[in-house]
Amino acid sequence: MATETEEIRGIGHSVRRKEDDRFVRGRGNYVDDVQLPGMLHMAILRSPYAHAKINSVDGSAAQAMPGVVAVVTGELMAQHNLAWMPTLSGDTQAVLATDKVRFQGQEVAAVIADDPYVAKDALERIEVDYEPLGVVVDPQSAAADGAPLIRDEKEGQSDNHIYHWESGDKEKTDAAFAGADVVVSLDTHYPRSHPSPLETCGCVADVDPATGQATIYMTSQAPHAIRTVFALVAGLPEENIRIVSPDLGGGFGNKVPVYPGYVVATAASLLLGHPVKWIEDRTENLISTGFARDFHMHGEMALSSDGTMLGLRTSLLADEGAFHADAQPSKFKVGLFHIVTGSYDLPAAHVEADGYFTNKAPGGVAYRCSFRVTEASYLIERLVQNAAYELGMDPADIRKKNFIDKDQFPYESVTGFVYDSGDYHAAMDMALEKIDYAGLREEQQRERADGKLWGIGLASFTEVVGAGPHKDYDIIGIKMNDGAELRIHPTGKAILKISSITQGQGHETTFAQIVAEELGIQPEDIKVMHGDTDNTPYGLGTYASRSTPVSGAATAMVARRVGEKARKIAAHLLEVSEDDVEFHRPNYTVRGAPDRAVTIQDVAFAAYTNFPDGMEAGLEANYYYDPPNLTFPFGTYAVAVEVDPETGEWQVKRMVAVDDCGVRINPMIVEGQIHGGLTEGYGIAAMQQITFDEDGNCIGSNFLDYLLPTAVETPRFELGATVTPSPHHPIGAKGVGESATVGSPAAFVNAVIDALQPLGVKNIDMPLTSARVWEAIQAAQGGS
Amino acid sequence: MEVTITVNGTAHTLDIEPRELLVHVLREELRLTGTHIGCDSTSCGACTVLYDGTPVKSCTLFGVQADGVDITTVEGLLTAAGLDPMQEAFKEHHGLQCGFCTPGMMLVGKSLIERNPAPTDDDVRNAIGGNICRCTGYMNIVKAIQAAAAASQQAGSTGTAAPEPANA
Repeated sequence: MATETEEIRGIGHSVRRKEDDRFVRGRGNYVDDVQLPGMLHMAILRSPYAHAKINSVDGSAAQAMPGVVAVVTGELMAQHNLAWMPTLSGDTQAVLATDKVRFQGQEVAAVIADDPYVAKDALERIEVDYEPLGVVVDPQSAAADGAPLIRDEKEGQSDNHIYHWESGDKEKTDAAFAGADVVVSLDTHYPRSHPSPLETCGCVADVDPATGQATIYMTSQAPHAIRTVFALVAGLPEENIRIVSPDLGGGFGNKVPVYPGYVVATAASLLLGHPVKWIEDRTENLISTGFARDFHMHGEMALSSDGTMLGLRTSLLADEGAFHADAQPSKFKVGLFHIVTGSYDLPAAHVEADGYFTNKAPGGVAYRCSFRVTEASYLIERLVQNAAYELGMDPADIRKKNFIDKDQFPYESVTGFVYDSGDYHAAMDMALEKIDYAGLREEQQRERADGKLWGIGLASFTEVVGAGPHKDYDIIGIKMNDGAELRIHPTGKAILKISSITQGQGHETTFAQIVAEELGIQPEDIKVMHGDTDNTPYGLGTYASRSTPVSGAATAMVARRVGEKARKIAAHLLEVSEDDVEFHRPNYTVRGAPDRAVTIQDVAFAAYTNFPDGMEAGLEANYYYDPPNLTFPFGTYAVAVEVDPETGEWQVKRMVAVDDCGVRINPMIVEGQIHGGLTEGYGIAAMQQITFDEDGNCIGSNFLDYLLPTAVETPRFELGATVTPSPHHPIGAKGVGESATVGSPAAFVNAVIDALQPLGVKNIDMPLTSARVWEAIQAAQGGS
Repeated sequence: MEVTITVNGTAHTLDIEPRELLVHVLREELRLTGTHIGCDSTSCGACTVLYDGTPVKSCTLFGVQADGVDITTVEGLLTAAGLDPMQEAFKEHHGLQCGFCTPGMMLVGKSLIERNPAPTDDDVRNAIGGNICRCTGYMNIVKAIQAAAAASQQAGSTGTAAPEPANA
C-alpha cells in the first residue's frame, strides 16, 4: 500500500535523456547500420543535365560487370507502372526518368550489386544519350513568354505555372493602403537552402516474394503516411507493409517526402528476392532531396504617421523545382505563410502567391518550420524594422505599439487564424532587459561616433504549429491527427506507443514525462516506442512542430483514459465509491482520509490480479487526438553585431532569445532545441544557400560549397523564457523545435542592416556573406 | 591486401581491397557501426576516429593506411568500469540530440583534454571546428567536453569520483 515516495519527475523536470545510453556507446541503430542476410546494394545514376531529352538508356555493359545483379531503368519501372509516383502536393514525380530529365541530379537508372563499391563502379558503364534542352532556374524566367516547357508530359499543362493562391481581404487592404500616411516595402529572396541532417537519406527494403511481406527500414519522419503512400503507389496490401524508421540522424523536414530511391529499392527487392540497401551520399542528398524556402517575396506595409500599422500586402513567387512536391497541408498552397501578420494587430492583410516549375530539385519541405512560416516571419520582421526607420521610431517601440495585446487572446487574425494565447510585451520586455537594450543603444552611439558599424536587431515572431484540426488539415487526404497507445504492466511499469518519432528531439524521455505527470509512474519506468508502423498507432509523423501539440496531446489524453479506469480499480481496492477517490500522484487516496491510499503500482497489479466483477482485466487504452486549434509559440530575439567595414564580416556580440512555447515539459531539452534552432537560423542568415548556374548546375552540392555553421563561428546564445500556456492543449504546451529557426534569421539580418543604417543600406538578401555585406557597403559609399 | 589494424585494443588481420576506405573497414568488416558517415568529403567529422591517438576522418583514409596503427572508435570508450567521463558528460549536459555526430565529437574531446586538461570555451570550439552538429548548436557539447575535462582531472588528482555537475 501507499508510502512516501520520491517526487515524480513529470512535467517541468530536466530529466536526463533515456535515449542517450545507446548513443554515447555508439550503439544507435541508424538505417545504414541495418545489415540483413543476403543484402544487396543499390546505387543511383543521376542526370548531369538540368533539362534534357533522353534518347536512350543502355545498361548492358553495366549489367555484364562481375558482381552486378541488376540494372534498373525507367523503362523497367514503367513495365511495373512505377516510373512515376504521386507527390505530397498532388503532383506526380518521375521515379526513374523515361522521357526527359528535369533537374540536375534526377534519378535515371539504378544498379543493384553485391557490393556498394561495385554498384558505384557500374554506374559509370551505363550509357545514356541525352539531348540538352533550354534551362529555367528561377520563377521569373519560368513565367516568361517562350520559356522552355518543363512539364510537357503533364496533361493540360501548357506553361510552367503551378498555382495561384490568395488569402486575406484584398479590397480592405487596398483601402488601408489608400488611407496610409506611410508605406514601406521590401523585395527580398529567401534563398533556397537544404536541411542537411547529418545522416543522409536511405533505406533497406526487404520484400519476401513468398509471403509478400515488405519490411522497409527507412529514414522517414512520417512512417505511417509513407506506408499508406506505398500501398497506394505500389498496390501492395497495407497489412504487408511495415515501415521501420529506426534511429534517425536528424531530419529537419528533409526526411518527410517519399524519394525515388525508396521506391526503386523496394521494387528491386521484390523482383530480386533479396534485401536491397540504398544509402545516398551527401552530394545526392544536397542535389536531389527536399530543399527548402526559395521564395521571392514582395512585402508592403501601410502605417499612419504615429506608427500604427494599417495594412500588409505581400506577393510571392515560389520556385518549386521540377515537380510540385511541397510537403504541406493540401488546402494551403504556400503552407501557413498567411501567418505573415505575425505578432501585430493588423486590421487588413492580403497575400498572393504564384508557384512555378523550374529545372531544380523538387522539395519545398518545411525545414525546421511549420510550412512556410519561416518565410512569413522573416518578411514581416524585416518590414517592421524598415517601417521604424522610415518613421524615425525605435524598432522596439514600433513593435510594442502594434503587438496584439495579451487581453485580445484568443485573437482572430485577418488571414483566418485564431491565435490561442500570448503575451508579446512580456517576452519583448524580458529580451530587452536581458540584453540591456537601452545600454546597447547608447553604446551603439559611441561606437558609431568612432566610425564603427554596430547594429542591434530584433525579431518578435509568432509561429503557428501543430497541424491540425481535421476539418482544415490533411496531407493527400489523410487527416493530420495522431494516435497514442498506453499499456500499464502488472508491476506498474508501462509502455507507450506513439505515432510521432524522434530525430533527436528526445521523445523517449519527454513523452514518458507526460505519462509520469498524468499517472505518477516515473519516466524511467515507461518505455516509449515509435517509428515502427507494425507496433505503433497511426499518425502523420514528426515535422512542422507537430509532436508535442498533437502527439503529446494524444499521450496526455490516453494517460487520462487509463487514469479513469485506474480510479475505478482504486475505489475497489479502497472499498469506497469512485467519487470518494482522490489522486495525489502516485497515490489514490480516500477523500477525507489521506492515510488510506494505494499507489498506481498497486492499481496496476490489481488490474490483472484483483479487479472488480464486471470489469475487463488489464490497464490500457488508445486515443486519437484531433487538435481543436493550432498552437502559437512566440518570442523576441535580440542580436548585437559589429560589422567590419573593410571586409564585410560581421560578428555577433550578443544574442538573447526569449521563447514562450507554453508549458515546458523538459526545460533542458527545450533549451537544447532552441540552441539548435538558433544555430540553423544563424546558418541561414549567414551562409546556407544552394545556388545554381545558368545551366542549372547545382553549386551547393557538398559541404565545401554549401556551408553549415561550425562551433567556431556559431554565436553563444543567452536564453530566457516566459510561459503562456496554450488554453486548448491538454498540458498547455505549444511545441518549440522550430521557433528559433523561424524567428532568428530576421533578428540577425536586422542587426546587420541596423549596423549599416548610417550608410543608408536598406536590405541585403540572405545569406549575408561577407562578400555581400562588403558589396553593399561599397555601393552605399559610392564605391565601385 | 593483408593488413593488421588494432582497433580498440584488439588486433585484426584483414584482407581488404586497397581502395576500401577506413570507415568502411570499421563499419562493414568489423561491424563497428558507431562510426558514422555524414559527408564523404572530410567536411563533417561524423566518421572521426583516433589514429594512434590523433583524431582523423576515416572517410578520407584508406583502410590500408591504418596497417600497424592503433585505432580507437567510440566503441572503445567504454571500459569494464563503465562509461568514460566524456560519455557521462555528454549525457549529463545534454550534449547530444540525434546522436549522429556524437561519437566523433566525443573522440575529438578525448584527444583535446589529453593535451589540454582545462580547455576554454574557445579551445573546445576550435578543437571541434571540423565536426558539424546540426542539432545542438554546440553550446552543450562545449559544456560537456569541459565537464569531462574537469571530471578527468578530479579523478586523476584525487582518485575520487567525478564532481556533481552544476547544471542539475
